[in-house]
Amino acid sequence: MKRVYLFVPLIGFLVMAGLFFLTIDREDKDVLPSPLIGQLFPEFDMVALETGEPIQRADLLGKPALVNVWATWCPTCKAEHAFLNQLAAEQGIRIIGINYKDEDDKAKQWLASYGNPYQGNISDPDGKLGLELGVYGAPETFLIDSAGVIRGKHVGDLNAKVWKQLQPQFESLQ
Amino acid sequence: MPGDVYGMLSSLPEFGQLALIMALMAAFLQTLVPLWGVAAGNPLAMSYARPLAAAQALFLMISLVVLAYCFVQDDFSVAYVAANSNTALPTPYKISAVWGAHEGSLLLWVTLLGCWGLAVAVFSRSLPLVMLARVLGIMGLVATGFISFTLETSNPFERILPSVPTEGADLNPLLQDFGLIVHPPTLYMGYVGLSVVFSFAIAALLGGRLDAAWARWSRPWTTAAWIFLTIGIALGSWWAYYELGWGGWWFWDPVENASLMPWLVATALLHSLAVTEKRGLFKSWTVLLAIFAFSLSLLGTFLVRSGVLTSVHAFASDPERGVFVLALLGLVVGGSLLVYAIKAPTVASVGRYEWLSRESFLLMNNLLLLVAAFAILLGTLYPLAIDFLGMGKISVGASWFNLMFVPLSVALTLIIGVGAMSRWKQDKFDRLTRETGLVAVASLILGFAAPLLASGDMNWSVVLGIGISAWLILVSLRDLWSKCRGQISRIPALSPSFNGMILAHLGVAVTVIGVTMVANYSIEESVKMAPGEEFTLDGYRFQFVEGGHIEGPNYVSDATHFRVYDGDKLIADLHPEKRRYLARGSIMTEAAIDVTLLRDVYVSMGEPLDNGAWGMRLQIKPFMRWVWLGGVLMALGGLLAMFDKRYRRKEQPAADAALQEATA
Repeated sequence: MKRVYLFVPLIGFLVMAGLFFLTIDREDKDVLPSPLIGQLFPEFDMVALETGEPIQRADLLGKPALVNVWATWCPTCKAEHAFLNQLAAEQGIRIIGINYKDEDDKAKQWLASYGNPYQGNISDPDGKLGLELGVYGAPETFLIDSAGVIRGKHVGDLNAKVWKQLQPQFESLQ
Repeated sequence: MPGDVYGMLSSLPEFGQLALIMALMAAFLQTLVPLWGVAAGNPLAMSYARPLAAAQALFLMISLVVLAYCFVQDDFSVAYVAANSNTALPTPYKISAVWGAHEGSLLLWVTLLGCWGLAVAVFSRSLPLVMLARVLGIMGLVATGFISFTLETSNPFERILPSVPTEGADLNPLLQDFGLIVHPPTLYMGYVGLSVVFSFAIAALLGGRLDAAWARWSRPWTTAAWIFLTIGIALGSWWAYYELGWGGWWFWDPVENASLMPWLVATALLHSLAVTEKRGLFKSWTVLLAIFAFSLSLLGTFLVRSGVLTSVHAFASDPERGVFVLALLGLVVGGSLLVYAIKAPTVASVGRYEWLSRESFLLMNNLLLLVAAFAILLGTLYPLAIDFLGMGKISVGASWFNLMFVPLSVALTLIIGVGAMSRWKQDKFDRLTRETGLVAVASLILGFAAPLLASGDMNWSVVLGIGISAWLILVSLRDLWSKCRGQISRIPALSPSFNGMILAHLGVAVTVIGVTMVANYSIEESVKMAPGEEFTLDGYRFQFVEGGHIEGPNYVSDATHFRVYDGDKLIADLHPEKRRYLARGSIMTEAAIDVTLLRDVYVSMGEPLDNGAWGMRLQIKPFMRWVWLGGVLMALGGLLAMFDKRYRRKEQPAADAALQEATA
């Protein structure tokens, strides 16, 4: 075997490690990442999970909201759910759900079982809207203002600690 | 008086931290002294490897026990305890809460690493001192890195002072469960256990001695780690099945992938080690697999908590941790791959084999397993890479993983059986077809019969799944039959390695059967039911007897009582629950499951409706147990193989002399 080939695994690893390093750096700016910040929430033409009626971007506008991407197959979403319930019930935060790559029946049952913090849910069984939003896993949460502009994003579960950081920004939204 | 608070506190957590620091020092010395001894040819320094490994393990165990004691005592001055426990939490869960979050699970990880080091120190009498010094030195180096990581970024003994909380936040209810008491330690044992064969491989590279003896030393350690991984993965899947309440058993979530990748590579390593031991081939490849296996366990355990892949997992992300983890990974993985690249040419294999031989089949097995592991790695990291390259964002779902994984598993199952019965060096196509022809026909018949018997309709994926499982089972039994020359009483006298292999391969077939049947014939229904009502699903009559209320130690629960009848025969009383955990307000579904070998009856509660009625989720899952039973058989097979006598034989003096020469 040629000796150079023996370095292939090392080089492969170094490339991967470099990628990780740069990604960690990006994650650092997690509260304000992604090219979507400052842009309008993408146009969409979907159906609402609960009613099956059409739902569009216009339905999101009017008041600032959290747009939360979730799914029943996602254990972290389950861990996060109680906190979302609390946010909606105790602080009256407006939360819109995107039910991501999921089955409607399961999702409905989940909401009935664990409580429904969402003002409404967009059914996204194929991950179409998720794709446009750059979702690479659930849960993710977007902060949008009353005009539908994405102002912030959080990847991972929303909990008291994370909310402490996001709350001032959310409250300043118009 | 606020000042008094300090007087009332126990100083135990500080002792725990001190023990951890002592362990760090022991680990550091365990690297330095023996490796210097090897370099300087000083046997006294080399002989320090054993006691230092023991000291490291001891201090780590003290540290872990202290943390567990803080949990049992509800010492909420310790931040980690306050965040993950509660006075109302039952004691067994207080103990399992030790590994309920990042800091504690890291402590568990390093403690298990210490224990493996101790095991090597104790069970290594047949090992030449130079080899032992190198192996333990390298394990000490890994331990030094990860204990510093624990102390520096994730200290579980950190205090909240002076305002000590009076009550803790409670353990995540998802984790309050038997499965979570045993699953993480088992899985970690497997991850960390791979460090032993990794250290053996690096030690052999450094010493330039990679031979049958080396492979024979490495095999039982690899098998031991692999057994833990197998059981750990099966436990995790079983836990997800009953605890998440949906009846799914594998989700292709990054955390699951993280455990599957090292398992696949460790499986490849087991087989490649066999070739290295028996035939002196694939040496360089075996070493590379050993490095890959441990690297993937590191990647798996640490990537999910480094801030790179946190999105789908509950562990908190912290960039400082991420950089530290990455530096460690770079050192361990990058360092070992560099040693490999430089030293591998010194371990060239000798010997030849024909294209139709056991070596070829094992090579195919290795490639398939490695491609599977690589596919999963790609699926896990691809979204990251695409995002980084600014090519937009994508997501990889279960469908992609299934698309990759299913054909590879099919191919693998097909070659396992024939590979295991083929001969070293060279086999004859005629012989193989003669021996397996009848078996192949029988498997085809069984494959086609299965869907017709199960449902009456043709289903090609069932034909395939059952066909290949039947093939694997029949070929293995055929092989066993010819080895014991038709006398069952001779089977115990065959070598444990051989019997273990047969058992493990049967386990693979059992799992494939389970997966096939569950995936194709599960039936589920969501129905509204009030007390007294009945619902019939697939011949089973579900009777809602009554609703009730239970008060648990740290939760309140709505419980229902169900009777399940098969015809008129009562087969099960089931009590599914819906719990509300008080400290966090989270709601958990506790499914009730009636289990037989041929099917699970799975009942879980959905939403409360009017007049005491509930939305219920009823499921019949045929052959569900087989999925995990196969894992148990594989682990038992590994256990049998591990206790083969030849691993306990002392090394011949001649080999020892050769080694002394090589290192002098």
